[in-house]
Amino acid sequence: MIRFEDVSVTYDGAARPAVQGVDFEVPEGELVLLAGPSGTGKSTVLNAVSGLVPHFTGGTLRGRVTVAGRDTRTHRPRELADVVGTVGQDPLAHFVTDTVEDELAYGMESLGIAPAVMRRRVEETLDLLGLAELRDRAIATLSGGQRQRVAIGSVLTPHPAVLVLDEPTSALDPAAAEEVLAVLQRLVHDLGTTVLLAEHRLERVVQYADRVVLLPGDGAAPVCGTPAEVMAVSPVCPPVVELGRLAGWSPLPMTVRDARRRAVASGLRDRLSGRAPAPRSVADPGAALAEVRSLAVRRDRVDALRGVDLAVAPGETVALMGRNGAGKSTLLSALVGLVAPDSGTVRVGGAVPHRTRPRDLVRLVGLVPQEPRDLLYADTVGAECAAADRDAGAAPGTCRRLVSGLLPGVADDSHPRDLSEGQRLALALAVVLAARPPLLLLDEPTRGLDYAAKARLVGVLRGLAADGHAIVLATHDVELAAELAHRVVLLAEGEVIADGPTDDIVVSSPSFAPQVTKILAPERWLTVAQVRKALT
Amino acid sequence: MGAAAPRRRGRVKPPVPRWQRRSPVHPGAWWLWSLSLGVAASRTTNPLLLALLVTVTAYVVAACRPRSAPWSRSYTAFAKLALAVLLLRLAFTVVLGSPVPGAHTLVTLPEVPLPHWAQGIRLGGRVTAEALVFALYDGLRIATLLICVGAANALASPARLLKSLPGALYELGVAAVVALTFAPHLVADVQRLRAARRLRGRPDSGVRGLLQVGLPVLEGALERSVALAAAMDARGYGRSADVPDRVRRTTAALTLGGLLGVCAGTYGLLAAEGGGYGLPVLLAGVAAALAGLRLGGRRSPRTRYRPDPWDARAWLVSGAGAAVAALLTLASVRDPGALSPGVVPLVAPALPLWPAAAVLLALLPALVLPGAPSEKEPS
Repeated sequence: MIRFEDVSVTYDGAARPAVQGVDFEVPEGELVLLAGPSGTGKSTVLNAVSGLVPHFTGGTLRGRVTVAGRDTRTHRPRELADVVGTVGQDPLAHFVTDTVEDELAYGMESLGIAPAVMRRRVEETLDLLGLAELRDRAIATLSGGQRQRVAIGSVLTPHPAVLVLDEPTSALDPAAAEEVLAVLQRLVHDLGTTVLLAEHRLERVVQYADRVVLLPGDGAAPVCGTPAEVMAVSPVCPPVVELGRLAGWSPLPMTVRDARRRAVASGLRDRLSGRAPAPRSVADPGAALAEVRSLAVRRDRVDALRGVDLAVAPGETVALMGRNGAGKSTLLSALVGLVAPDSGTVRVGGAVPHRTRPRDLVRLVGLVPQEPRDLLYADTVGAECAAADRDAGAAPGTCRRLVSGLLPGVADDSHPRDLSEGQRLALALAVVLAARPPLLLLDEPTRGLDYAAKARLVGVLRGLAADGHAIVLATHDVELAAELAHRVVLLAEGEVIADGPTDDIVVSSPSFAPQVTKILAPERWLTVAQVRKALT
Repeated sequence: MGAAAPRRRGRVKPPVPRWQRRSPVHPGAWWLWSLSLGVAASRTTNPLLLALLVTVTAYVVAACRPRSAPWSRSYTAFAKLALAVLLLRLAFTVVLGSPVPGAHTLVTLPEVPLPHWAQGIRLGGRVTAEALVFALYDGLRIATLLICVGAANALASPARLLKSLPGALYELGVAAVVALTFAPHLVADVQRLRAARRLRGRPDSGVRGLLQVGLPVLEGALERSVALAAAMDARGYGRSADVPDRVRRTTAALTLGGLLGVCAGTYGLLAAEGGGYGLPVLLAGVAAALAGLRLGGRRSPRTRYRPDPWDARAWLVSGAGAAVAALLTLASVRDPGALSPGVVPLVAPALPLWPAAAVLLALLPALVLPGAPSEKEPS
């Protein structure tokens, strides 16, 4: 269905090709996962399928890409619109109209499909994706998972043979991600749609893939094969595979269910029995650094937070989890004084955040927002660091030293926009840390990070916690919470529904349990690292 | 309301009492209705009639607007704007004076002497009751016009109106719709970036704060538009069908000829020596241009999803508006005194009976079309 023949793409002004030697074929009706570290050209490969590379982005494409027999060199994206449906990383940037039903119809209108057919397909798609209740809603009012489903639906209505998705679940909470993946699964099974998707969170998708194409980077040619074959050599892999490699299983398990059977059969569970690590705890929890008491915040006539209590001690790492829109970001905003409480109190280091001057507040609490770029204004890394030192009243060079520690090898004159997601996050973190705030807040820090960047972030945050920083992170990434957090706080509809040690909370929750926990239940193992330590 | 039955007649599905996003009446009908009321308002300065017009629009908007739609709150925004315009008009009269002669001096402000080249401009001085009343009438008329536009916005989404454009103008319509949805994104960006300034320890208020986020906001908007353009391209925006050269040439000839005809006809109508040929040439030009547009639509293969039908109710809505405009225009010719009450000498305006009755005709849509049931109580 999709055929790459020795394709290489070089963007204008780039010294090296973004991808080269890409040569694979996606047969009809398969779900193919494109994996690899960030910056290895996954998006380039995806956009070459829809014809956006090179028609829209510019650059030179060598070799040949054919989709359903059409050569993308001679067909522009709009002429491929009836066979390829493309959903980019940010569904919001994809929407042309303002309501769900119009959005579903838009693509068909452009293609000139007869009104009666359009009407039928819109109704079918609403049912297929479970959007019937939302048909009249304005898109701006939808949650992340709903938006992603509408975006998929909007490219599905013209009945494309191929669906191309760039990180469809990265921004979603575990339940919403399941929802989207179930839809993709259904398309592949019931409609025979060919799906090509790129995703960093392999633990969510690798089990659904028929084949995996790995882009190893550094100019190496892509590796294609079944998930088990490719995961055996992949530099990026989900915890279930990592555990399989550690235990030396072959073929590697792809699903939690496989792995659990193997753990029982190979005796791994017996070997680990009774050796589960002691629950993580803070060595010496001092007086609370931040305290929230019966906090309520209303936003747009909706209770964003209701009766929330939270205390964070120095050296403690707390993970805030819950659905998209559960109030995680609002709670972080309240801690940093961006929203004023409607009732209840917030205190950070003895100060009331929303009444404290920004200059003084940065020395008490720092927030790395969901989009780290928002924090960066200057056009070079050096200028950004100098400005951060001035803002924080720190000695010149403080921020630059932090950047060098977090991000070795970033030149002073590189533009923040040219950094990768992970590098930008590190820069924003350094900017915030320049003021040495004892309380550090991170909103969704692992969005768009590959496993290597994530591992570096985990190392950095562990070091900060050991130095006595209190860290609160809002995240959908259960593996990150399992690696880092001493405590997990679950939020639902603006209320705290669970607050306790990470082991207790994640073990008891099916959607927030990390893979290792699911495999080795009922014993309380959270990460592969713990298992590795116990085995050696 | 008892008239609910006819509205639901054509529907296949049983009526679920939920908010219908499809405004049951063609958006163009509401715009015609509102603009007709605007025309009516421009014919009179009688404050009682103008107040009646505003009340009528308010009632119809309250009864007929789709409540949870994002655009339906624009009526209040326009009402506030209208009030601001009215107050500004009065303030100008007080400060700059007015050419209206008057005998009733209310207050005398200190007059600022101006150099000779600014003769004809006065700052301060006498403020007369006549001047104020004149300004009030005049301002009220402009305010009513604005409120009529607000009513149109609240009753029918401008985006849906643009969707009814002929096929040849489709691209223009999409550009306008995208621009309309862009504004809220920009506002959200500004708020987010100002919050981020606070995180850096810089003050988040003040003009400097706003200026410094300007560049990142523009950058973000640019990036978003590029992403949107890519998405639209990949979804088939701008696909064109092959049309024979003959059709293309005819289209160009018709459109150009039509526009020339419109220009010549308008000149003929307005110029003294135009005489009889003005109107026919104008009409022929309009017809040719419309035919050109229609033919040009063949180049775009696109179809329309659930277009709003122009049905009996649309005729009723637009007809009610047109009747008000026509009757008030007639009244302004036949009875100018009642529609523009005198200012010098000051007289209390009286409510002319039959023009007032004519204005009440505009209530017809609210009585015949049942209001959309709301999801929640209106704010």
